Amino acid sequence: MKQKLVVIGNGMAGMRTVEELLAAAPEQYQITVFGAEPHGNYNRILLSSVLAGEKSMGDILINDRQWYADNGIRLFAGGDKAVTRLDRGKKQVHAQDGTVADYDRLLIATGSNAVRPDLPGMDLDGVVSFRDIVDVETMLAYSQSHRHAVVLGGGLLGLEAANGLVQRGMSVTVIHNHAVLMNRQLDPAAAQLLQAALAERGINFKLAAKTEALLGDDNGHVQAVRFTDGSELPCDLFVTAIGVRPNIALAQAAGLYCERGIVVNDTLQSYDPSIYAVGECIQHRGDTFGLVAPLFEQAKVCANHLSQHGMAQYLTLPTATKLKVTGINLFSVGDFLGDADCENIYFTDTALGIYKKLVIKAGKLVGAVLYGDTVDGGWYQELLEQRADLAGIREGMVFGSSPT
Amino acid sequence: MTQTIQTTCPYCGVGCGITATVNTENRRLQIKGDKSHPANFGRLCSKGSALGETVALEGRLLEPHIHGQPTSWEAALDLVANTLLETIAQHGKDSVAIYGSGQLLTEDYYVANKLMKGFIGNANIDTNSRLCMSSSVAGHKRAFGADAVPGCYDDLELADLIVLIGSNTAWCHPVSFQRIRAAKETNPNLKIVVIDPRRTATCDIADLHLPLAAGSDTTLFNGLLNYVGYAARTNNFAVSINNETVRTAYPTDVDFIEKHTEGFAAAIAAASLAGNVQQVADYCQLTPEAVQQFYDWFTSTEKVMSLYSQGVNQSTSGTDKVNSIINCHLATGRIGKPGMGPFSLTGQPNAMGGREVGGLAHQLAAHMDFATPGDIDRVARFWQTDNIPEQGGLPAVALFDAIYEGKVKAVWVMGTNPVVSLPNADKVKAALQHCPFVVVSDCIANTDTADLAHVLLPAQGWSEKNGTVTNSERRISRQRSLFNGIGEAKPDWWIICQVAQRMGYAEAFAFTHPAEIFREHAALSGFENHGSRDFDISAFADISVESYDALQPVQWPVNANNPNGTARLFTDKRYFTPSGKAQFITVTPRPPVNAPDAEFPLILNTGRLRDQWHTMTRTALASKLNQHKPEPFVEVHPDDAASYQLAHNGLATLATRWGSMTARVQVTDSIQRGNVFVPMHWTQQLASDGRMGALVNPVVDPVSKQPECKHTPVQIAPYAAAWYGFVLSRQDFSGFKNLKGLNADYWVKIKGEQFYRYELAGKSLPDNWHHWAQNQLGEDANGEWQEYQDQGLGNYRAACFIEGRLDSVVFIANHANLPERNWLTSLFVQDALSKQDRLALLTGKPPQGVADAGSIVCACFNVGEKTICDAIKSLALKTPQDVGKCLKAGTNCGSCVPEIKGLLG
Repeated sequence: MKQKLVVIGNGMAGMRTVEELLAAAPEQYQITVFGAEPHGNYNRILLSSVLAGEKSMGDILINDRQWYADNGIRLFAGGDKAVTRLDRGKKQVHAQDGTVADYDRLLIATGSNAVRPDLPGMDLDGVVSFRDIVDVETMLAYSQSHRHAVVLGGGLLGLEAANGLVQRGMSVTVIHNHAVLMNRQLDPAAAQLLQAALAERGINFKLAAKTEALLGDDNGHVQAVRFTDGSELPCDLFVTAIGVRPNIALAQAAGLYCERGIVVNDTLQSYDPSIYAVGECIQHRGDTFGLVAPLFEQAKVCANHLSQHGMAQYLTLPTATKLKVTGINLFSVGDFLGDADCENIYFTDTALGIYKKLVIKAGKLVGAVLYGDTVDGGWYQELLEQRADLAGIREGMVFGSSPT
Repeated sequence: MTQTIQTTCPYCGVGCGITATVNTENRRLQIKGDKSHPANFGRLCSKGSALGETVALEGRLLEPHIHGQPTSWEAALDLVANTLLETIAQHGKDSVAIYGSGQLLTEDYYVANKLMKGFIGNANIDTNSRLCMSSSVAGHKRAFGADAVPGCYDDLELADLIVLIGSNTAWCHPVSFQRIRAAKETNPNLKIVVIDPRRTATCDIADLHLPLAAGSDTTLFNGLLNYVGYAARTNNFAVSINNETVRTAYPTDVDFIEKHTEGFAAAIAAASLAGNVQQVADYCQLTPEAVQQFYDWFTSTEKVMSLYSQGVNQSTSGTDKVNSIINCHLATGRIGKPGMGPFSLTGQPNAMGGREVGGLAHQLAAHMDFATPGDIDRVARFWQTDNIPEQGGLPAVALFDAIYEGKVKAVWVMGTNPVVSLPNADKVKAALQHCPFVVVSDCIANTDTADLAHVLLPAQGWSEKNGTVTNSERRISRQRSLFNGIGEAKPDWWIICQVAQRMGYAEAFAFTHPAEIFREHAALSGFENHGSRDFDISAFADISVESYDALQPVQWPVNANNPNGTARLFTDKRYFTPSGKAQFITVTPRPPVNAPDAEFPLILNTGRLRDQWHTMTRTALASKLNQHKPEPFVEVHPDDAASYQLAHNGLATLATRWGSMTARVQVTDSIQRGNVFVPMHWTQQLASDGRMGALVNPVVDPVSKQPECKHTPVQIAPYAAAWYGFVLSRQDFSGFKNLKGLNADYWVKIKGEQFYRYELAGKSLPDNWHHWAQNQLGEDANGEWQEYQDQGLGNYRAACFIEGRLDSVVFIANHANLPERNWLTSLFVQDALSKQDRLALLTGKPPQGVADAGSIVCACFNVGEKTICDAIKSLALKTPQDVGKCLKAGTNCGSCVPEIKGLLG
C-alpha cells in the first residue's frame, strides 16, 4: 500500500517538489494537494508580465487540473479548500469545507503573505497588494476606470507593478522609504540608472518618503496619500509591495517550531519528522526566501528525501535578482555593497545605460550588480557559487566571459 | 591643378629621386620613386614614401619672431644684421658663429660659408655633418689628398663581396640596402659581411656577421691588412716595395703599392701588431673561425666593396678606422675600378654638398682649405675679399663649448637641432640659454633649439625650396619647388643674403636666384683648378636658369674633360696628394676614450631607426612612420636585464656622467651583453626625457673632431613608476592643453591617424583617476564616458565619445604590460563604433572574431605582425615574396623584409 503524502499549498514551491518527486519515485505516494486559489498551479513570477499585458493568464499556467488527474493526484483547490487545521497527533489536515486528509508525510508550502503597512486608511477600497491572480485582476479593472495609481514600495515587486500599471495607461507614482530604489539589490549608481529608465517610461517617484495616511472619499474609497511632510498625492489605486512574510499561521497553530518561518534542517524537514516544508514559508539557517531560484533547489532536495533517496542537502547560495520589466536588464547577486575588505571592479557606459560592479573579497567574487548589460550575470553567479580563483581572469572579467 | 615634378628626397644620403604629383590647390602630394634616377631607379623607403604626409602646415614656422612675438622680415633681418655687427665690434669677429646642417641645399650652404669665412672673416661655421661625416672627410683627405668618394652605387651590382661596417644599412640607407639585396639575388656569388656589435636588420642578408666588441674595428682591419700583407696562410715570399723589404702573399698588389702609394711599410708594421687571426679574434671578441672566414673572403675576392657609416665615423678613432679600411683597399689595389673600393654611406641628403662648399669649420671652400698654400689667396681673389681668416674655426663640440664659456656671443643655427643631437646636449642647451643672441632659421616652429631662440626666421621646407643636393656617390641632383612658399617662409639662401646685404656686403650677396649661386659655386670649383682639385663642376659655371631647372642627376667632377660627369675617381691611379700617390696611414688602435667602470658599467650605443629622421620634426608628422617604433627605447641584453632588474616593456633610466634619459626597455639578444642601444631621434617636444644627446660623452676624434656617439659608459636602473598608462586622444595636448596637466613624470607623444597617443608613467598617484580623466579629457560637455576601474588591481580605463565618435581613450595600470594599442588606435578613423567594438573597447582587444593586426611591421601598407603570422600559418607562406603577394607587406620599400623573414623564421 502506498504511503500518503499531503501537500498544503498549490504554489510554485510545493508543486515543483511534487514534480521532482514524481520523477524520482512515481509510485511511492498517493498524493493529495490543497490549494486556496481555484486554479491549477501557475507561475506567480509572471504575474508582472500579465499585468503589463505581455502575457495572458493562460500563458502562465504551469499545470492544469488535467495534469493532476493524469498523475493520480487529488487536488482540492479553491477558497473553501483552504486548510484550516493541522492535527499532527492524528496526522490529519482539515480544510475549511470539512475535507479531511490523512498523511504519512506532510509537505507544507503555504508561501508568504504581503506585508501590510501600518497606515490609517488601509481598509479603504482601492487598496490592494500584489500577490496573486485576484490582485492582478483588481488592478487591471482599476486601470480601465481610474487614473491615479500609487505603488508603495520601490523594490522588485513594486516596480514591476508600477511598470505594469503605466503600461495599462495609469499615472503611476512609486513611493519608497529609501533614497535608493531596490536598495536590497542595487547600489545607488545602478538604482539611479534604473530610476532614469523607469522615469523615461512615465513612472514618477517619491523617494525617501514617509507616508502618513491614506485619505478616503465619502464612499470609503481611497482618493489621496498624505505624507509626513504634509504633501499629498491623488490616488485611485493604492498598491502595497513592501515585502512578504512567511505564512506560518497553520504551522504555528499546530505547535510546529517556527521562528520567522517554519524552521527546517538541510533536508527541509521540520521539527516534526513527518512534516517537510519548502518555499517562502520556511526558515533555513536563519534565512527566509522571496525569489524563485532557491525554492526550486529546495524542491529538489525535499523530493530527494521524500523519495527516501536521502542524499541531498540544501545549502542557500546567493540568489540573483532580475527585474521583469521589458527593456530593462538588471542583475544583482551576492554581497553587492561589499565592505572595507572588499575591492570593487566597475564598468560604466552612461550613454549606453550600462553599469557593472563586481565585488571581490580575498580574491573571490562575492557580489555583482549589473545594469543594462546582464549577459554575463550567469557567469558571475557561477564564479561566485564556485568561489572560483580569479587570478588570470580578473582583469577581463567585467567585460564578460567570452574571451575577448 | 596637378603637375608632375622630379625632385630629390630630403632624408638620407642615398639621395633618391622622387616623382611628385603635385596638387597646388589643396597642397597635396603623391610621391613615387623616380624610375630614371640612378640612385634608386624608382625605389623609395618608408620615410620617402610618406613625404606627402609631411607637407601640411601643421607645426610650420610661418613668420619671423623676435623674442617670441611675430614680426616683419625687415625688423628681424635688421636685428640679426645689427646684432652680429655690434657683437663683432664689441667682442671681435670670433665672437659670432653659424651652425648649419646637411639639410641645407648647396646654394644655401655656399652663401652661409661665403658670408662667414669670406666676409665676417672667421671660420666659425660648422654643421651637423661634423657629427656624421667628418671622420670620412678626414680619412679621405689623408689617404687621397681630397675628400673624395672613389666609387659609385653601380659598383654594388658589380661586387662579389660587400662588407658593411658600422652600418645598419637596412634601416639607415634602405634603398641602397634593397639594391644590395637585389644584387645578391641576381648574383649568388655575392657574399655579404656585416661588421657591427649589434645584430641589426642588415644582418638579414649577411653571409657572415662579425659582432665585434665596440671600438675594436681598427684592430680587425689592421689584422686584415696584416693578413693581406703577410703570408698568413701560404706562399711566403719577400718583395721590395719602395726600397723596403716586406714579406707578402697573394693578393697584395705589389705593382700598385709601389707605383701609386706611400707609407705601406710603416702601415703594415703597425698593423702587424694586431697579430694573427686568433689574436685579432681574441681582441675583437669574435670567433677565430669568423675572422678567418672574413679574411679569406676578402683576400680571395677581387671585387670588394667596403661600405661604412656612423659605426666607423662616430668614434674618437673614427678617422683611423676609415684609413684602416682604405689601407686594405690600397694594399690590394682595389680602388678606382668597377665593383670595388671603400665607400662612405653619408647620413644626410646634402652632407656631401656641404663638404663641397666648405661648410665645415676646417674647410675653406670648394675642396680648398686653410692649410694648402695658395688656397686662401685664391679664394680671396675669387670672392674679392681680404677678410678670409688664416685658419679654421671651431668644430661643433668646441663651438658650443665656446658659446657656453661666453667666447662666442651670437650664434645662428640653420635647419638643425643641436640641443637634441650634439653630445652632452644638456650643456648645449645651457650654452644656448646663456648665449646673448641666438638666431634659429627653421621650417618648424617648435623645436628644442627654436625654443631657445631670440630670433626665429621662417625657412622654406622641402617641397618649397629650390636648389641642389649631392648624395653619397658624388651625384648632384635637383631639389625642386613643388609648392610656392607658404606664409612668410623664405629660402635659406635668401635669408642669408639679406643679412649679408644688411651687414654691408651687398655686392657679394646680390643673388636673386639659386642658379646664380650655383654658377658662382661651379666657377669657384674650376677657378685655377687645372686638375689640382678633385671637386670641379666648372661645366656649370655658366649654366642658364633653364638648364639649371632641367639639370639631370650627375656625378662630379663635371668639367671640360668630363662633361657628362664621372662615375669613378682614381681610375688613372693619380691622387690629389702632393706626390700624386695614395697614402697608407699608420694606424695604432686606440680604445674609446671613456671606458666602462664600476659606476657606469655598460656601453651606450646610439643610432637611427627605420622610420624616423633625425629629430623627428618632419617624419613624426606622418602617422604611419610613428608605428614601427613609437617610443624612445633601450635595447638590453637578457643577462643585463636580469642583472639590473629590468623588465621587457618596463621603463628604465639611463645615466652617464653627462646626463640622463628614460626609455622603454626592449630585452633582446641582438645586442651584446654589456652594451645598450638607444635611438637618436626623440626630443623634448615628443618625450619628457628621451633626448639621447644628453647622455653622450663629448669626446672627439683628434683629427676629424667627430664625437664618439657610439660609446659612452652608462648605468641603467628601473624607473620607479607608481603607475603606467596611455592616452589616445583627438586632442593635441601640446596645443591648447598642457602636457604637464597629465601629471605624468614620463610622457611620449606619438601622432597617429586622427589621434595622438601619449605613453605615460608617473611616480605618484593622483587622488582619483576618474577626476583626473575628467579634468584632462572632459573638455567637451557632450562627452559620453565609458569607464572601467579596478582599484585593487590598480587599473583605470576610460573612453570618451562625442556624438558616438571615439574621442579619447585612457588606460592606466600599476604595471607596464598594458594591452596592445593597435586595435584601439585603428578605431579613431571610424565615425561611430559598433556596439560590439564599443563594449570591448576597454579590454584593449577586438571582440571575438575581429582580427587584431598586431604591431605594424610594414609601414607602407600598414600590415601588422599578427596579420602576417596568421597568413603565414593559414596559407603556408614560405618566402617574403609569398607574404608580399598575399598582403602587399614588404613590396613597396622592402625595409621590413628582414622582419618578415624573421616571422617566417
